[in-house]
Amino acid sequence: MPHFADLIAYVEHSALADNIRENDVLFPLIESVHVLAICLVVGSILAVDLRLLGLASVHRPVSRVTHGILPLTWCAFVVAVGSGGLLFISNATKYLGNGYFIAKIFLIGAAGLNMMIFHGISAKDLPRWENGPRLPFPARLAGGLSILLWVAVVACGRWIGFTMQAG
Amino acid sequence: MSDAVLRDFCKWLAATPLSEMIQTTGWIIPALQTIHILGVAVLFSSAIVLDLRIWRLLQRDVPVAEVARRFIPVMWPVLLILLITGSLLIIGEPRRSLLNTTFYLKMALLAVALTLTGALQWWLSSAPEAADKDWERDRGRRIAGRLAATVSILVWCGILFAGRWIAYTQVG
Repeated sequence: MPHFADLIAYVEHSALADNIRENDVLFPLIESVHVLAICLVVGSILAVDLRLLGLASVHRPVSRVTHGILPLTWCAFVVAVGSGGLLFISNATKYLGNGYFIAKIFLIGAAGLNMMIFHGISAKDLPRWENGPRLPFPARLAGGLSILLWVAVVACGRWIGFTMQAG
Repeated sequence: MSDAVLRDFCKWLAATPLSEMIQTTGWIIPALQTIHILGVAVLFSSAIVLDLRIWRLLQRDVPVAEVARRFIPVMWPVLLILLITGSLLIIGEPRRSLLNTTFYLKMALLAVALTLTGALQWWLSSAPEAADKDWERDRGRRIAGRLAATVSILVWCGILFAGRWIAYTQVG
């Protein structure tokens, strides 16, 4: 994919990427914002996942739990993607050569797919069962998968930091 | 404690078998950090949801007291996990934290955050009836609540920033 390689080289050598790479404060600053946003995404989505699993907020209907939490999750996700994008362009080639980075991107995609399947298919008849403490299997499966996927996302994120230094 | 004593303590700690095991087993530190960050995510998100509820930006259909009762109790056991993983990380790399001003800043901010959380929980449990009445109606309480929520948001963000910054401010 020559065009893709050109694009990567282009963003990596942009003035913005140069600044982030070479400024002593900018990279840790953006990284801190990224960690903060990821923490909010993972922590808030966990509240929803635990409700789906029947382990928390069991007396609240699922839709009220999601309406009370997911706006925060989405705001934090936008910040996480924005800050993550800035970190990525500062060293795009090296990140693309890092297995944990690639795994992290695929895991986030899988978490998104899991969510879309839940909202699009499993939650079609949500009003029928959302009040009970114990939810149908597809809902519990979505909650469990979401926890596993986000834990793996955080682990990959941390492992990127330990495998990027060299070279 | 004088600087020399602290340095000696770090040297002693780094020579313990537990520290040596953490240092020589490559996956232990990233694994501990992963668990630590997941714990931070739970604490931070719980605090932020509560603070945003106090500001009426989230979960307006639920009284503040109920949101607090749902999110605060999980914070203390998770804090224990953070203390354990944090201590193991210090044992593995004592100089990284114990000789680092950023680490002490983080601990000071944590003390403020936990005091706020503990005070709110104590207030809710000691006066449940007063707490259940919507505090939006009492102007003084509303202002005090929003002030505490704002301080809480700032302090928690400070804890997370300081936590990441420990890696960038460690001495040689």
